Amino acid sequence: MKYLILIYSNPKSRARWEGLTDAQRMEFGLAHMAGSAALAESGELIVSEGLVDQALAKRVAVRDGQITTTDGPFAEVKEYLAGFQLVDCEGIERAIEIAAQVPDAAFGEVEVRPVFDMSILDL
Amino acid sequence: MNSLEHILPAVEDLLRELAPQVLGVLVRHYGDFAACEDAVQEALLAAAVQWPSDGEPANPKGWLITVASRRRTELWRSDSARRRREEIAAALAAPDPEPASGVDDTLTLLMLCCHPSLTRPSQVALTLRAVGGLSTAEIARAFLVPEATIGQRISRAKQRIKSAGAEFTMPPAPERSERMVAVFEVLYLIFNEGYTASSGSSLVRVELTAEAIRLTRQLHDRLPDDGEAAGLLALMLLADARRPARTRPDGTLVPLAEQDRGQWNAEAIAEGVALITETLASAPIGPYQLQAAIAAVHDEAPSPQDTDWLQILGLYELLDSIAPGPMVTLNRIVASAMVHGPQAGLQQLADVAGEPALAGHHRVDAVRAHLLDLAGEHEQAREAFRLAARRTLSLPEQRYLESRAAR
Repeated sequence: MKYLILIYSNPKSRARWEGLTDAQRMEFGLAHMAGSAALAESGELIVSEGLVDQALAKRVAVRDGQITTTDGPFAEVKEYLAGFQLVDCEGIERAIEIAAQVPDAAFGEVEVRPVFDMSILDL
Repeated sequence: MNSLEHILPAVEDLLRELAPQVLGVLVRHYGDFAACEDAVQEALLAAAVQWPSDGEPANPKGWLITVASRRRTELWRSDSARRRREEIAAALAAPDPEPASGVDDTLTLLMLCCHPSLTRPSQVALTLRAVGGLSTAEIARAFLVPEATIGQRISRAKQRIKSAGAEFTMPPAPERSERMVAVFEVLYLIFNEGYTASSGSSLVRVELTAEAIRLTRQLHDRLPDDGEAAGLLALMLLADARRPARTRPDGTLVPLAEQDRGQWNAEAIAEGVALITETLASAPIGPYQLQAAIAAVHDEAPSPQDTDWLQILGLYELLDSIAPGPMVTLNRIVASAMVHGPQAGLQQLADVAGEPALAGHHRVDAVRAHLLDLAGEHEQAREAFRLAARRTLSLPEQRYLESRAAR
């Protein structure tokens, strides 16, 4: 079963981050690396990435065949995606366990979303 | 990297048939499962390259044993400098390329790959590689994950087997039946992974259903008196027989009642029905046999209206008593509704919907929608179909449920 683990950044988690010492930030970064390495080692990791600041985001839309882009930051957005992991593991309980290991879970919340499967109920 | 799928089907079939036998010979001789398994993989890849151009050797199994032994010795030498003196010379001698016939290690290998120290995904990956003879790349493509993920899963599984002290022997009798349950589950998982793949992606996926049927057939051949091995094979044949009618070309789902039964595979149905009929008459009953029997009743009905729902209901009640589970409960309720009417089904659904295993289960809404529709409550049915569509974990099911909500 595949699950996407979404790490969000919001004003509260950013305030926590800003209050950290350099040593604590180093520890946080190392915990991220160790977490990804452990998932790779267990054969459950598909991909794990962090995302740059949303000020660098571009929104893309196509209207009447024309591509238009809008540059971030987007004033209305209070919470945005800061990183994600795609894992393939035994089930939702294990996915929650993995999400709880993400260092950001101690700051704010980390979301687990099941990826669609192709199963069919024979009715 | 080369892989088995690019070569002639006949060579591929032969290599996959020989893979567990060659591995069994090596493990018996050298003992170290992990290194032997790697060596056999390399021998299979070498054969896949050489045989199509140089021709198949006179003794294919002997060729593979010799090449794998040589490779295993190279692997051993490369990491054994520090313990060179400890190894006895005999271990370096290659095993006889023509081992005594009648020794068959496939079953022992299956049991080892389904060792309880491994997670289910690891058991599945290791079984496909060590018993099925598939390459890591092929397994990764079949499960739509990176090759590194599967490679790591397999090497970790082998480490775990080693640290658990698992031996390459049949487990003692009390453990054996428990281990067989794991073997059946792993084979059925492989089958379902292929069975549920959308038609769109099937082009790039190894035929996992065919692979599961092949492995289960091997298991049944080796244990002809095991009713559940026969039941599982029959279940796979009877379910797979409906596959051509089960999805539209765009991958959307066609429910059982709307399938063109002329597209069902009559040969597979005949084999499955004969197998389950014979097994039910001779073996102690088990959950796979019951599921096969239910599939047989569906497959034998010339039209949905001719389905013997009373018999299906009886079989589900039996299944519910020996192997209860949320899906069994839901299917029993559907069968009950077909016999006693949709209102009876809706009442039963309301009675069980709060049980922990079913509370919030996405398929409860789908079944409720189906029964409301049968009861003529179309507006409520549409609402339930919409709710089910939002909660399902399956993409083809969501498309189907949305289309029902819009009907």
